[in-house]
Formats: sequence, structure tokens, C-alpha cells
Amino acid sequence: MAFWARQISIWCSSVKTSYVANSIQRLRKTHRTWMQLDELSVLSLLCTDNHFLQRGLKTYRPVSLRSRLQSTNSSNGQIVSSESNLLSPVNHDQEQAEVIPSSDTKTLYEVWEDTPPSSALEEISEEEAVQIVAEPPLPLGSFTLKDYVDRSETLSKLVLLGVDLSKVEKRPKAGQLLLRLDFEKDIRKRLLFLKDVGVEDNQLGPFLTQNPYILAVDMEALETRVAYLKSKKFGKEAVARMVSRAPFLLSFSVERLDNRLGFFQKELGLSVQKTRDLVVRLPRLLTGSLEPIKENWQVCQVELGFRRNEIQHIVSKIPKILTANKRKLTETFDYLHNVMGIPHHILTNFPQVFNSKLLRVKERHMFLTFLGRAQYDPAQPSYISLDKLVSMPDEVFCTEIAKASVKDFEKFLKTL
Amino acid sequence: MLGTARPLYLARDLSSRDLPGTGASRSACSRGERFHRRTQLAEAHGGAHWGSGVVDEPVRWRFPSAIAMAAGRAARTGLNGLFAVYKPPGVASIRVRDTVETLLLKELNSLEQPAVQQQVRFLPTTVEGNAGKELTLTVTRLPVLAAHPLVRGPEFTHLKIGAGHRLDTKSSGVFVLGVGHGNKLLTDMYNAHLTRAYTVRGLFGKATDDFSDTGRLIEKTTFDHITGDKLERILAVIQGTNHKALLMYSNIDLKTQEAYELAVEGLIRPMEKTPPLITAIRCLQFAPPEFQLEIQCLHETQQYLRKIVHEIGLELKSTAVCTQVRRIRDGFFTLDSALLRTHWNLQNIRNSIKDSKIKVKVGLQRSLSHQARSGKRHTDMDQVAESELHSTEGTSASDLTHKMR
Repeated sequence: MAFWARQISIWCSSVKTSYVANSIQRLRKTHRTWMQLDELSVLSLLCTDNHFLQRGLKTYRPVSLRSRLQSTNSSNGQIVSSESNLLSPVNHDQEQAEVIPSSDTKTLYEVWEDTPPSSALEEISEEEAVQIVAEPPLPLGSFTLKDYVDRSETLSKLVLLGVDLSKVEKRPKAGQLLLRLDFEKDIRKRLLFLKDVGVEDNQLGPFLTQNPYILAVDMEALETRVAYLKSKKFGKEAVARMVSRAPFLLSFSVERLDNRLGFFQKELGLSVQKTRDLVVRLPRLLTGSLEPIKENWQVCQVELGFRRNEIQHIVSKIPKILTANKRKLTETFDYLHNVMGIPHHILTNFPQVFNSKLLRVKERHMFLTFLGRAQYDPAQPSYISLDKLVSMPDEVFCTEIAKASVKDFEKFLKTL
Repeated sequence: MLGTARPLYLARDLSSRDLPGTGASRSACSRGERFHRRTQLAEAHGGAHWGSGVVDEPVRWRFPSAIAMAAGRAARTGLNGLFAVYKPPGVASIRVRDTVETLLLKELNSLEQPAVQQQVRFLPTTVEGNAGKELTLTVTRLPVLAAHPLVRGPEFTHLKIGAGHRLDTKSSGVFVLGVGHGNKLLTDMYNAHLTRAYTVRGLFGKATDDFSDTGRLIEKTTFDHITGDKLERILAVIQGTNHKALLMYSNIDLKTQEAYELAVEGLIRPMEKTPPLITAIRCLQFAPPEFQLEIQCLHETQQYLRKIVHEIGLELKSTAVCTQVRRIRDGFFTLDSALLRTHWNLQNIRNSIKDSKIKVKVGLQRSLSHQARSGKRHTDMDQVAESELHSTEGTSASDLTHKMR
């Protein structure tokens, strides 16, 4: 127990404010024992609490000085693990112990052994009274950021910015990272950088929710990457759009981005301008894995039987096909080509059908067959184009294309 | 809300002033009046925070405020009971249940949230006083960020939605779901042993391995010799045999007055687990090679109905496959009350639950009274039942001993 007491006194001296000196004076006068300078010394608190209870103090309560907010120790030094739920206080105190200058320890030891414990009913001065803050101690380890958000400036400011902490804390090590950072030093610079790149204010919150790790990336690296994108002749708005729609883009190194752009140019055989348009339209292609894209490309060529120029046309219109589910893509194509009897060239003209749900296409096609209006050949009369079949809402589809009421459509759906 | 551990004079001081409630940052609070007071060390139990207005509680658990709880309860009213959805073909029924739960949760979470819980805080500020800079406490009301929706997550993360009698992936039709307290009614519905009605479409001329038109082809036959009355004859035979089995499994002595009363009400049916039984079967359409049947049955599976179609084909000296199995009635729920996919939202589900409440209550009461009566019958007709039981038990016991050796 004495060990803990000594550790606390050592810790007291590590905070370099004038109040410490004054407080030591007051210690001698008012016989108050010690002050907790940071609320993270919970365990030591409890230990000394027991210690003093043993000495006969009945009403002793922990107090803290108001130097917390102004001191730089608050968010940087004291790391509390939110993920691993373990922080041995021994290591913590030893960390603090390294900071001490040797001269102060002696006086503090004297102070410690001299003064008897004081009672809580003593009269104290106004300034001291104002400085007392009796807040509940922070938990040493927690599985959620909820416990720290009210006491941490960084976290409160992030919440007010719109970052969804409940989602961020589910990501590996992201909660730990946010607790470690300081708003003024680290986060502010990067937020201003993102604003310069072109991300809008109301998008900063969702951006950080998706990619909180960008707050740990070097500023030089970020600037190099943006410079690289600009050197590849992406305009300012294009870069802004890409960065806001794919938050992980700037976490990728320049080589990786280069490889990705090269892949799209060579494998897909697109021209430079078309690759640029494709990537600006769906920047997720640069941040996702390349294997599914290669597989989808093969599926389109071999299984579905589209020619190379047809696939290029489809991909430039609907880039999402490259990241679509292989099985769903083949099932949709199977129904469209074999059951509905639509040839390849019409499908190339209307690639939106691959984007929609198969069930929707099936239901609408069956309704049109039931009515005798399933005509998808442009050469013949009463032709129905595929994009109108798929993209319109139910009411518009029923009234304009099927020329029936919505109730009839619903009755028909219940007979399927 | 002021805590119980506060000294009295603080409460008196605060009540006379209306504190501004803003979401301003914690370090700079220039609003509100300054309170000069003598402070005391808190005498309250450990972890007390007399400087704030939150009700005393351990740090980890923030109980939602009364307003938030009331709002949650209000949102969930009307979400206790049974309702029916129309399951489309080609989708697994578990996915249907999951989709309904996801849609309801999305809507519940997007409803109006109550204002974030606020807390009265006394924060220190340096102020130019009489003798240079002074440190005083300023009172402000700040939102408790731990109760902010961006920190605690969505309010509703889970809804108890249970599924009634399931439909397999290829079939479609009325699918009963229970939500909240309605899940108990699902058990009651199961124990009531109600009948279900299906329309089954078949196709003559083919035979496949799983009795449906998407299976592997085994045989092809002619079907020109099949006429309507031949089909009717087969259906009558099926209905007759099933009716006899129904009476046998119901365990009723037909010569009693009770049996007569039950027959008059149409309540003769087995009240325990039995093999599938068809209570009624008739032909709705006959246009060879296609035909459509309506089947009312008990304790069935959709694959059993496909097998029946296959067997009808065999009886008619041809072959048949089943192209569509569609449930039109499950207990008290019919096609009219089933909700289509486009209508799966909170309001429609609430209305559907409300509409079906009375039907379900009356129907279940009726079946339970039937069960009570059949329970009485069980004790009277012990001999009849027990002889059957003994025969089955005997075989099973011998099997067991055989296996043990």
C-alpha cells in the first residue's frame, strides 16, 4: 500500500503547474493528504482510499484539481484501451515515474510522512472550493466509446461534426486511435486538408465514420497522393468527388493507385479518357479487391457471351456490373436471354436491367405476358423498352406500359 | 432532473432561473449567470457527481430517460400480434422473415427521436473579479453526448419476429408471421392443428426426380387418354381414403353424441401430430396437359403435395409434374389479408395485426375448446388408443433392444 502512496506523490510532481507548489504548501497547513490530478488514477485512488480508511478516516472522498482541461496530459498521455479492456495500472504509474526530476521526491516524501489525514468537514477557501470537481471516475477499460465521450474533447467535437461513433467503435482499433488523438493537433489539420481537396462540410462526418484511419496518415503522404491524382489529369471536382465517394482512396499509397489505374487500362482495354470517366463515376473500383472484377469480366466474356466492345460499352454505362454478384448476374442474364428471349445487342443497349432485382423483372414480365403485351423487339409494334420495364415505379409501370390498374397488378402478383 | 444527493440550497437557487440549453462546446461557457457559493465535499456514496444533474447511477449504465422509453414503447405499440405476408416464389421463407424485420427496424429507427437528454453542469471559468482573475463556476445545461444517437447507436436493433408454418423456396403464398407477444399465439396456432388450403398446378406427360418441373427428367409419357371424369374419379378415391384416415387419427368413437356434435360443427380432426392428411381435394381447371387442383390438408409439407400430383399421374396411367404450389389459406389467414412485398411497412403491418386480432382470438378459443373435448375423449377411449400405442411401442422397444445388442 505504501508503494501506491509513493507512486501518487511521484505523479503529483509530474504536473508542472504553479498550483502544485501551492498545493504542497496547503498540504502542510490544512493537513489534506493528497490530490488526484488526473481521473485515470482510479485504481490507485481506491488503494489509497482503503489505506486511509484503515487509518480511521470515515468520510474521505477523492477530489480532482481543475488543471485537467488545460493540461496537455488529458488526451495524449493517458491512453485507455477500449478494445483490449486491460491497462495495468502498474505500467501506467511506472510510465509516469520516469518523468520525475529527482529533486522533488525528497520533499514530497517528507510531506507524505508528516501530515496526518484531514477530515472532510474542514473549512476551505473559496478558490479551493471552486476547484473541487467530484466527477465519477472514468473506467480503465471499456468496450464502448460512450463512457469517454462526455469527458473527451476530441470525441465530443467529432460527435458534433457528425461522426457516428457507434459504427466507428466496431472497426478494429479505430476507437483506440480516436482516443489517442488530439483534436487541435492532429485532427484539425487533416479536416482542413480534406476541405481543401473538396469534401463538403456535411460529408466530413460520414467520411470519418467510414474511414477513421485517415486521421493517422501522414500529411505529406496525403498531399503526395492528391498531387499524383492531379498529375493524372483528374480535375479538381473529379478528385473531390472521388475522395468523398471512396473514403479509403487517400489511404492507398501512390504505387497502389498507379497499379489499379494501370489494371483498368490494360485488362479492360479502355482508353485513358474512358478509364478516367469510369473511375470518377465509381471510385470504389480503386479501393476494392481486383479479383472479383477479373472474375466478372471473365463471366461476361465466356459465360454470358458478350463481345469485348459490348462489355466495354456496358461497363462505361453501368460500372456497377464489375462489382456485382456473379451468381445474381448469371441468373438475371439467364432469365432475360432464355426465358424472355432478348438478344445480346438489345441487352447491350439497356444494361440497367442487370442492375435491378431479378424478382422485379420476373413479376413484370409475367404480368405483361398475361396481358399479351410482352413485346421487346423494337422492330415490331407496341414495343416495350427494357429500361422502362425496369426503372419505373409500380404505378407508372401499370398505367403507362401495362395499361392496367395497380390493383390488377397486385391481384396478379397474388396468383404467382 | 436533479439528483437526490444535492444540497438543498442549490436546488433553490437553480429553480428561479431558466438556464439556456445549448449544444455549445464545454470549455467556453459564457452564458448563464454565475453562482458564488461555498462548496463542500460531497457526502454522498462513491461516484457521486453533485455538480451535475444526472440521477445517481454507476458510470457504465446510463438508463434511458423516461421520455425516450415512452417513445420506444409508443413506436412498438401495435407491433404485437399475428399477420400474414405473401411469400413470392424463389425466395427462402427465412429470408422473407429477415427482410420484414429489417424493413420494420429501418422504419422504427427513422421515426422521430426525442431530444437528447440534457445535463446541468457547473463549469469553471476565469473571470475578471475584484482582485484580478478569479476562478468561478458557471452553470450551463449541456446535452449528454453519451445518450446521443450517434454515440449509442440505433434505438431498435432487434425485433422478435417468428415464422408460422414455413413454405419451401419454390412455393408461394400466405405465410404467417408473429411479432412481439404474437409469437405465443404462433404456438397456440400450431397446437390448434388447423387446416391449410393450397392450389396446385400440374402438367401431364413428364416425370422428374423431385416431382417438380425444374428437376431432372426421368420419363415422358402420353396423356391423350386422360379425361376430366377419370381425374375426378381418382380425386374421389384420394379424398375417401384420406377421410377414413382422418377419422382414425381423430380417435373418436363415431357412435357417441359428442362425435355427432363435433361432426355437425365440422371439427372432427386429429389434435396431435399425424402423417399428412388431405381433408378435401377438387379439380379447379382441367385443360390437358395442364390442370389445377385445390387441396385442403393437415400436417402437410409442400413436397408431399408435389408427390400427390406425381401419384395422380401414375394412377391415371401417365405421369405428371407439379409446376406451382401456392397456399391460399393458413388457418384463419386468407389471401386477402396477406401483404404483398410492396406493402411491407409499419403502418400496413399494424393495420393487418389489428384486423386479424379478433379472428385469431375467436378461432383459437374454438379450437382449444375442441382440444379440451378431445382430451376428455382420450381418457374415455383409453383402450382403443392404448392398443395402438402398445403395438407401436412394442416394435420400438424391440428395435431398441436389438440395436443395443
